[in-house]
Amino acid sequence: MSEKPPPEIADIMRVSSHREVYEPCDDSFALVDALLADQTNLLNHNPNLCMEIGCGSGYVITSLILLLKPKLPNNNVHYLATDTNPLAARVTTETLEAHGVEADVICTDIASCLETRLAGSVDVIVVNPPYVPTPEYEVGMEGIASAWAGGENGRSVIDRMLPVVDRLLSEKGWFYLVTLTSNYPSEICLMMRKRGYAWRIMVQRSTEEENLVILKFWRDRDEESLEKEASSSASFASEFSRSLSSFMEKQQR
Amino acid sequence: MRLITHNMLSCNIKGVANGFPLKIEAESVIEKEVDFNPDFLRHMFAKIEWKALVEAARSLGYSELPEDSPAAAAEDESLLKKLHHALLELHLEEGALVCPETGRRFPVTRGIPNMLLHEDEV
Repeated sequence: MSEKPPPEIADIMRVSSHREVYEPCDDSFALVDALLADQTNLLNHNPNLCMEIGCGSGYVITSLILLLKPKLPNNNVHYLATDTNPLAARVTTETLEAHGVEADVICTDIASCLETRLAGSVDVIVVNPPYVPTPEYEVGMEGIASAWAGGENGRSVIDRMLPVVDRLLSEKGWFYLVTLTSNYPSEICLMMRKRGYAWRIMVQRSTEEENLVILKFWRDRDEESLEKEASSSASFASEFSRSLSSFMEKQQR
Repeated sequence: MRLITHNMLSCNIKGVANGFPLKIEAESVIEKEVDFNPDFLRHMFAKIEWKALVEAARSLGYSELPEDSPAAAAEDESLLKKLHHALLELHLEEGALVCPETGRRFPVTRGIPNMLLHEDEV
């Protein structure tokens, strides 16, 4: 009997759960698919410090560890995961344990207790943020609502995260972000462009309820193009929609 | 939580200037063996606040690290092995982290530090 190859991503049957913790869903799967699509690049990237902000069930951070593991054993990389929901932090540790992998999990708002010491140090950040457009008062409520309530255009938490991510990322740092088309991802790309980042669409997926777009950002300090692009947000938005439609065309072929 | 992570945490209560390093009150510590990887340690050595690590390791009952940051740590294998043990193999399971400036306690339960702030601390 041949031995089964080790799993490359988290096994859904081994993901722990709690009624107040968001379960892996289409958005989580799309983010992990983006990481899988970028697996070779990630291995060559050779990160020392990887982090998930808003780890929920632990499905994504566990998958990231597993898909880097064949070439980058656990003792090559330090993994951190944060969540504002203490129950989610606990469920994540259970999911990690069930897969026999190691990450340190911290209960904090975004990454606030890590920002000072980790500035400029994190090589990979993955985020599946609370992106659902909701009334503003629902943002930051306790329990499972913190996993999805995103305020106006679903952007309240995302917009608070971007400067934090910018501060934490190392010079070679990469950032993967789940968005909906109703979050105006072109605006998010423009905000990151103004901070000196290039972007690309990793995954686009339409489900019954959502149009998901998974974005990847990395530093690209080309001052000239930065000035040109940032000068007109209208032309930037049309560039984004061109990228999105050409990505969707490629996908259909 | 391992001490590599403790070395990255600070108390971010509004107005706190010196929220690092957090003092450790250890109630339960466990050890888990990890394969030794000198390259990773050499890379991390630059990011570690040495005195904070020595103090943290001591509060978990490990006193083998030299008091002063060793100049030639990268070539000293026996030192790297001690660093490896302190950073990656000791886990604070139960206890608390205490802000050096305000004395605010952050509980650690099942290895997870709860660093959430109260509304009046943000």
